[in-house]
Amino acid sequence: MSLTNEIIKARLVEKFGEQLTEWAEPYGMLSFTAPKDTNLKVMQFLFDDETLQFRFLTDLTAVHYPERIGEELAVVYHLHNLADNIRLRFKVFANIQQPDVFTTSKLYESANWMERETYDFFGINFIGHPNLIRILNVDEMDYFPMRKEFPLEDQTRIDKDDEMFGRGGTFGYGIEKELVGGTLAEDQKHNEGSEIL
Amino acid sequence: MSELLHPHIKLPEGSIEKQTTTLNLGPTHPATHGVMQNIIELDGERIVSTEQTIGYIHRAFEKLSERRPLYQITTLTDRLNYCSSPINNMGWHITCEKLLGVKTPKRVDYLRVVIMELARISDHLICNSIVGVDSGAYTGFLYVMQQRELIYEIYEEICGSRLTTNIGRIGGFERNFNNTAFEKLDKFLKEFPKVWKEFEDLFTRNRIFMDRLKGTGAISAERALSYGFTGPNLRATGVDYDVRVHTPYSSYEDFDFTVPVGNTGDNYDRFLVRGEEVWQSLHIIEQAKRKLDEFKGADAEVYHADAPAYYLPEKKDVYTKMEALIWHFKIVMGETDIPKGEVYQSVEGANGELGFYLISDGGRTPYRLHFRRPCFIYYQAYPELTKGAMLSDAIMTMSSLNLIAGEMDA
Repeated sequence: MSLTNEIIKARLVEKFGEQLTEWAEPYGMLSFTAPKDTNLKVMQFLFDDETLQFRFLTDLTAVHYPERIGEELAVVYHLHNLADNIRLRFKVFANIQQPDVFTTSKLYESANWMERETYDFFGINFIGHPNLIRILNVDEMDYFPMRKEFPLEDQTRIDKDDEMFGRGGTFGYGIEKELVGGTLAEDQKHNEGSEIL
Repeated sequence: MSELLHPHIKLPEGSIEKQTTTLNLGPTHPATHGVMQNIIELDGERIVSTEQTIGYIHRAFEKLSERRPLYQITTLTDRLNYCSSPINNMGWHITCEKLLGVKTPKRVDYLRVVIMELARISDHLICNSIVGVDSGAYTGFLYVMQQRELIYEIYEEICGSRLTTNIGRIGGFERNFNNTAFEKLDKFLKEFPKVWKEFEDLFTRNRIFMDRLKGTGAISAERALSYGFTGPNLRATGVDYDVRVHTPYSSYEDFDFTVPVGNTGDNYDRFLVRGEEVWQSLHIIEQAKRKLDEFKGADAEVYHADAPAYYLPEKKDVYTKMEALIWHFKIVMGETDIPKGEVYQSVEGANGELGFYLISDGGRTPYRLHFRRPCFIYYQAYPELTKGAMLSDAIMTMSSLNLIAGEMDA
């Protein structure tokens, strides 16, 4: 027996009707969007249904789309039906102001850490998670680094020079040094001396 | 209470009476083989509970990827599972090719298969011999280390480096394999089976070794699937899921090999499955070698796909040809746009399904890149695997799971 994307889609539409949207098949993988509150229902249905049998959670992660106002954060699930060897992907979108999504760790043990990772990097609050704490970053961190408002430093910036990386220049330590002890001129003199050495 | 239990110990006033011992295994403990911590609660020598701390070498690969052109991300994948970097590299190239719609020639696929299977062998060598080391048998480890050296020499011949290989390019390889590489491959194929046979003779039916491994760290197939196990660890429980067979990539469908499975999912089965996979990998390499020998003349010179916008041209062409110079410049400066798309591609890494979830919004760098790191996912099962076991068994379990800190922490 072979399960196809059409059968899966028909089965899901039959069950959830208009609730599931954004159907697509990028590179052959069926993907769709579910309303935030139904993520567990959809997953449970995919797990239990005799035809579908998606019983392996391959991957769980999140994506930040700042331009989708009101639903900035997407949680992405990749599921795998190992018997028929077919995969699917679905997303639920959450508001960044209150990113509450139900946990799937009751259904899949593997979701536990993957959800912790997603919380760690995107701040998704998985409701019902047994231990929702940071996993890779330090506990003291007070922001969610994978969100798009934290860009990596722009390589083309011109307001930074090598001096700030401890190379070349005067080996100055910025404004602090000026304030703490000695004058800038003295520092420069000192450094010139060390260069000769 | 305390007086009843330990009449000879006089605890100071206000001491907290604790029935169990807390042991910190790691972050820098020889038994952890990587930077990770296990806080183990012990009752005598029995484990009551385990809690893992990871993330000591988190290097923000996913964030870094968002500002790098595709070809610069290969070096990040090196540092995931560094015992088999070529598989990660190839997985990444294959992901990019899928997104870009690049079709690789058969010869490239076969060359890749050779490299990936060599990497799988070298990874399994380490894992299985480390299981030996942790059970007190150091000889096997030193013995196969020599063979890993032969594999690394082959890498060196092809890409110039050994551990973090950065091997290959999007679309193929940076240069054709030279004769020395093939000679070294032949040498390896000739010498290695004897060594591996001897290694297995030393361990597989060794009474002490079997007693240490059998029945420890066992997991059922159902639980393993729930925990997201993949690779040899899943196959040891009896589930024959192998990405090479289920979703063939790089022409794996052209090869004939079996997927070894265990049935108890314990440390011993994991050891056996890895051991057998090494034989299967050798078998695949031999087939690939035969297939490669069939390419003659100009066909034998093919080592990359025709994808000038993404494939870095050869250096001598860059110096002498205008086209190549332009492409080189555009690629290196990261000025080639990536088509819009969303793709998930996985390869059979040495310790499980290594997945790449790549979203491109049409920019020059990925919009989002997520690595599905197999050992990050299955390490969660460690408390369940070790509950009620002896401490020394827990250490065996850790090494037989093939945990790589670099992969876990991304």
